[in-house]
Amino acid sequence: MKTKKKLKVHSYFSNKPVLMTGNDAVGEAAIKSGCRFYAGYPITPQNELTAYMSRRMRDVGGVFIQAESELAAINMVFGASSTGTRAMTSSSSPGISLKQEGISYIAGCELPAVIVNAQRGGPGLGNIGPSQSDYFQATKGGGHGDYHLIVLAPTSVEEAFTFTVLGFDLADYYRNPVMILSDAIIGQMAEGIVFKKPRREYPKKKKAWALTGARGRPQNIIRSLYLGERVLEKHNLKLQEKYHLIEKKEVRFRQCVPENAGLLVVAYGSMYRLAKDIAAGLNNSRKRVGLFCPLTLWPFPYRALEKAAKGIKNILVVEMSYGQMLEDVRLALGKDVSISFFGRAGGEVPEGEEIIDYILKKKLL
Amino acid sequence: MKLELKIIISGFGGQGILSLGKIIARAAIKEKLHAAYMPSYGAEMRGGTANCKIIVSSGEIASPYINRPDVLIALNQPSLDKFKTKLKEESAVFINTSLIDKEYNLAAKKTFSFPFSQIAKDLGMEKAANIIVLGKLLKEIEFVKKETVIASIKEYFSGKGGIITRNLKAFREGQNL
Repeated sequence: MKTKKKLKVHSYFSNKPVLMTGNDAVGEAAIKSGCRFYAGYPITPQNELTAYMSRRMRDVGGVFIQAESELAAINMVFGASSTGTRAMTSSSSPGISLKQEGISYIAGCELPAVIVNAQRGGPGLGNIGPSQSDYFQATKGGGHGDYHLIVLAPTSVEEAFTFTVLGFDLADYYRNPVMILSDAIIGQMAEGIVFKKPRREYPKKKKAWALTGARGRPQNIIRSLYLGERVLEKHNLKLQEKYHLIEKKEVRFRQCVPENAGLLVVAYGSMYRLAKDIAAGLNNSRKRVGLFCPLTLWPFPYRALEKAAKGIKNILVVEMSYGQMLEDVRLALGKDVSISFFGRAGGEVPEGEEIIDYILKKKLL
Repeated sequence: MKLELKIIISGFGGQGILSLGKIIARAAIKEKLHAAYMPSYGAEMRGGTANCKIIVSSGEIASPYINRPDVLIALNQPSLDKFKTKLKEESAVFINTSLIDKEYNLAAKKTFSFPFSQIAKDLGMEKAANIIVLGKLLKEIEFVKKETVIASIKEYFSGKGGIITRNLKAFREGQNL
């Protein structure tokens, strides 16, 4: 006889902070969000997440699979999600490249899924240092076809938690894959975190589309193959309508723009944390430094950035890449605004002091 | 009063560098302070150098990276060589003379040089040099209460056999240095 296993999900409410890495926080958020299927293949710097899921999935009676490859893992998530189960996979840059075909299929089939990318240095196998060089891949496609992922970029361990919870809700609500775009810094660093119950903004909908056995109801079909005249076009137009809705409703950002700001620093994820150090370091200057941080990279906060930058003489984009988000900043602000860029990549993290030197040398403030 | 302490701990893999960092960060959180802990990770941890950076602050912490540390704990020679250029005059440096040459010329005025590894070895617990340093660190800079650190040590080593008692002994030894 099967005995029902007692499920161990820690209480949401706890005022006692625990020290946790960003990778672990994503895992705990997934468990608390009801994710009951995880498949992944090891790669630094996100291995803690896979290890965490292997322990915690057993606690809650979910399924953990260390797949034979990244391709297998994403396709297992594809299958699990088709049944209505909340499903997640994670990897780091080269592994995420391998998953792109599956991601395109999941988007084409309008299935919810959460995909975590703790970015490392590239291209190719690169190295295991922190990087933000997968911005294009995450926000502009990656796989084939006209699709979008909702891309959330946490700036702290706490946000790694709250954004993952949000990610599962958004994925279900819009039936669309969501990417948590972190990096080796956010994944590896540990901070104190209090598990606060997030506000449920999205009502739980019954997954009437799920493949649960068609007894007593018409069969459900999940597919991304649409032959026949104009059938695929119609499907694409439906997707586009959804993307427009997401662009209208789901833009998220954070800004701190003092009245007499002479410089606006635009950065996301871990680089936003560095930008805060830079702003504090330049606090004694006559002019002040403003900060703008996109939290959703797609949809990108074009209008909000345009508004925040109004009347500010200089804009500086800081990234751990050679200018990827920079292109979206240019789209938001147009040709007439002077935009400077400071980027390092290849697994190297810029230092606050070198950016301050750059700002002073180029007289941006 | 605003507290902000930036600590770099460095040594070779196996000296308990990351454990020491986590124990400090946990102690800080217990006292409702902010803490950020950033480890070195990956291949370099096996036999090579390992280091971690911890920021303890009464306010919000921006970047978890440290450019100029307030405290450097160097448990072997390559660690001191690597981070000595980052020191400022006010930095406090804890130097493990068991593995570091006596002749060093540092920008920092406050140095605490002890043969931490040898002391640990003499006590019959070679691996506890890190906790002896912790005892000494807390004696010199009391950024959290002693009791909180003891609680953090107990919590960290719970479930790891009888090593709590030994580590507490090491901690006391460091406090007496």
